[in-house]
Amino acid sequence: MKQNAIRRYTGVRNRGINPQGFHVSQLKFYVLLLPLSVVMILPIIFIFSSAFKPPDELFAYPPQFFVVNPTLKNFTDLFSKLSTSGIPVSRYLFNSIVITLATMTASILVSSAAAYSLSKKRFKLKRALFAINNLALMFVPIAVTIPRFLVIERLSLLNTFWVHVLPVLAMPVGLFLIKQFIDGIPDEVIEAAQIDGASDWWIYWRIILPMIRPAIATIGILTFQAAWNNAEISTLYVNDESLRTLAFYLSTLTTTTTGANAVAGQGVAAAAALIMFLPNLIIFIFLQRQVMSTMSHSGLK
Amino acid sequence: MPIRGSFQHWLKKEGSAYAFLSFYGILFIVFIVVPVLAAFLLSFTFFDAIQAPRFLGLDNYISLVTQDDTFMKYVLPNTIQFAVIVGPGGYAFAFMLAWVLAQLPKLPRTIFALILYSPSMTAGVAMAVVWKALFSGDQTGYLNAFLMGTGLLQQPIQWLQSPQYLMTIMIIVSLWSSMGIGFLAMLAGILEISPELYEAAAMDGMSSRWQEIFYITIPSMKPQMLFGAVMSIVGAFQAGSIGVTLSGSNPTPQYAGQLIVNHIEDYGFLRYEMGYAAAVSVVLLLMVLFFTRLATRLFGSER
Repeated sequence: MKQNAIRRYTGVRNRGINPQGFHVSQLKFYVLLLPLSVVMILPIIFIFSSAFKPPDELFAYPPQFFVVNPTLKNFTDLFSKLSTSGIPVSRYLFNSIVITLATMTASILVSSAAAYSLSKKRFKLKRALFAINNLALMFVPIAVTIPRFLVIERLSLLNTFWVHVLPVLAMPVGLFLIKQFIDGIPDEVIEAAQIDGASDWWIYWRIILPMIRPAIATIGILTFQAAWNNAEISTLYVNDESLRTLAFYLSTLTTTTTGANAVAGQGVAAAAALIMFLPNLIIFIFLQRQVMSTMSHSGLK
Repeated sequence: MPIRGSFQHWLKKEGSAYAFLSFYGILFIVFIVVPVLAAFLLSFTFFDAIQAPRFLGLDNYISLVTQDDTFMKYVLPNTIQFAVIVGPGGYAFAFMLAWVLAQLPKLPRTIFALILYSPSMTAGVAMAVVWKALFSGDQTGYLNAFLMGTGLLQQPIQWLQSPQYLMTIMIIVSLWSSMGIGFLAMLAGILEISPELYEAAAMDGMSSRWQEIFYITIPSMKPQMLFGAVMSIVGAFQAGSIGVTLSGSNPTPQYAGQLIVNHIEDYGFLRYEMGYAAAVSVVLLLMVLFFTRLATRLFGSER
């Protein structure tokens, strides 16, 4: 028994944590994971499948899960459609793209600069400020929607482009992850640059940012998800229809549960849902390696 | 001029640190600190967003506990039931899956992780389309069609409109999307543990994988466990809009899926009793704080 256990870890490591290759003992995990993954991914496949369904398949009885005669009609319908207030859907999509790109860029710069300061600079309040940010990890934005509304109103940010961007930027989890990642960069690197006479900004821009690419990718994804999927800001803080996002438009399609709109809108909603979902997936697939390497620094002490 | 001198000294020494922090700091104060303080202050007032707030003392809290039947009868029990199952339940589920994934080689691990993570990529908005079709109330709904096809059901059920099913569906949907960032953190944490620790334990005669999990894996990755726990707790309390999204109405049918977040919206944005809504917000923030303290007790390294 003991001999077995020892061999398990000393031979070619195909058993135990993080194996190099396949081993029979892994079969039980596949048996567990395969059905579970099917359940997990079915709703996702459903998004793809129903976006390409023609109307008779969307309302078929009994309902069909997979599309039989795929069509792009739902997408052409979506983009030829005007919302109830006369705004073309492409406008919502355009807003979403601009808002998301602006938020991602700003979030990466703002959080990484703050993280650099909290990780590598020396100042009295450093530990206290980091502790406050850690406390804010528990912050539930949805709880303070109303006071936030009052603040946003006071700052006359209602009905502006900025109301989409600014509240999302203060993302404690993003700062936390980047700060932990920068902690992994040895101080000597920065000291060497300082001896060579490099300024703080130069160090931040030329040393820190290139070295924390994985963390940047991670916060980029988190911000992307926060901005791209955000329907609340459009609902609560924006009355001007031409400034609202695709997520908001989709939420108006799905909240009408009854009536003609619900029937006519289902194909369009399915197409919009796919457009909402797909970028999330593509970005994550491309950046998953960076995300995982950031996550190994994610420990909260 | 010693004062000016010391200010200049400070500016030289710590100025750039604060300069780097400034943007984040300002946004943090404006959109997190001020709203939390404002919620706290407003919770002691009557405020309808038209007239200036009127000080009420603890009245809001007292009526929350003594007079708000909806809160005590539906919202609080619902929230606790939902948060306990989705929070710790989803968390345990996420840890278990992360551990299982760590037993596989890189390629299958990455593929499975992607599949498990993908539900939490997209928020309720896009998924509402799916759930509405799956749980649709007429016979074209997938669940109804399936159950009627197998003969288990004679009449279609209005899943999302029936008080007895709504909560269960909310929990299933939330668990489905609970393999989020905490799950990834725990997966990374498990993979980071040095194999030598396991080797040493095996030398000492540890042979069961359960022992390994409880004596090596979890203690070696406490920080990631805590991070995952905080993310699960916040996620569980944050996920309030799910019931309203699914049923399409606030309040949800017979308050069956009414969570504390919906209660806040109900009072704040539908009835304009913002002082009262603020008191409910404070209760919500305190609940999150309480549960994260509990998690810190379990996994924290300080104290």
